[in-house]
Amino acid sequence: MVQPFEQVVEEHGPTVLRVCRALLGPVDAEDAWAETFLAALRAFPRLEPGSNVRGWLVTIAHRKAIDVLREAARTVPTAEVPESAHLDLVGDDELWGAVAALPFKQRAAVVYHHVAGLPYVEVGALLDSSEAAARRSASDGIAALRRREEAR
Amino acid sequence: MTNIPMPDEATMARLHDRLVADADHDGLLDLAYRTVDSPIGSLLLVATPAGLVRVAFDREGHDVVLARLADDISPRVLRAPARLDAAAAQLEEYFAGRRRGFDVPIDFRLAHGFRRTVLDHLREIAYGSTASYAAVAAAAGSPNAVRAVGTACARNPLPVVVPCHRVVRSDGSVGQYLGGTEAKEVLLALEAA
Repeated sequence: MVQPFEQVVEEHGPTVLRVCRALLGPVDAEDAWAETFLAALRAFPRLEPGSNVRGWLVTIAHRKAIDVLREAARTVPTAEVPESAHLDLVGDDELWGAVAALPFKQRAAVVYHHVAGLPYVEVGALLDSSEAAARRSASDGIAALRRREEAR
Repeated sequence: MTNIPMPDEATMARLHDRLVADADHDGLLDLAYRTVDSPIGSLLLVATPAGLVRVAFDREGHDVVLARLADDISPRVLRAPARLDAAAAQLEEYFAGRRRGFDVPIDFRLAHGFRRTVLDHLREIAYGSTASYAAVAAAAGSPNAVRAVGTACARNPLPVVVPCHRVVRSDGSVGQYLGGTEAKEVLLALEAA
């Protein structure tokens, strides 16, 4: 039996917003969330039964976030996601600052694994890297956040 | 890292509203729903862009009904009260005794063939009056199909709005009702007042 989309929003909406916030900062996050869920609603009838819905949503959010970051970095013509993309941050919240300071791959790996709960093999697929590289990016990111925490 | 805080309810409610508006704008709101409180319990109202498609009683299990509609019509289902404002307001007036008929667009796609024919005839039974299953069968052009009329009433996708509660047994007893015999008695008493 197919799940009504409302349940998808209820179950995964808050987590996907956390992912968007960590990737983009609180200002762009809501636009990315709205675009993610609208795209998901559009494609939902074609989603294979038994799919990992959260992983699917995070994949869409990842693409939206990359679009936003590319747009922000458009002055430099490159297909690569900028390693340390500019983030719009509200106030001087320590956590946003710490997350925003991470290079994109580390930030994304930390968020996809530790916030969205994706296994490293899926994190690697999203980041065009191996499972081991994704694991390394996440642990480098966590280590950097810890160092920053201790330095406070 | 997992200490990035969970978004608060107000934020999620705002984003939900935005999603509903965007979905409606893009023609992706295949099924909108809301609930209304009534003297016969919470009623689930569901509408397609064409009109009201389902009214469900609490005892049917609103989640079960929505899951079935997701299967039968479309999984693009969102809680979107605005599309159902008119239906909700008219039901409220009806239960307050201030309305005798419903004037909202209706989508009959869940009833086919003879069942659909029966629904059309149910709408001809006036507020405050009743008809027997046999009389409805005769009106529908199949006097022998009394049992089929019973089935059509039991499976009416739009109870209250399409008044299957006005169909009673020939012996005068109220007969079965999807919302429970008690709910049927409440509706008949309301209309008799």
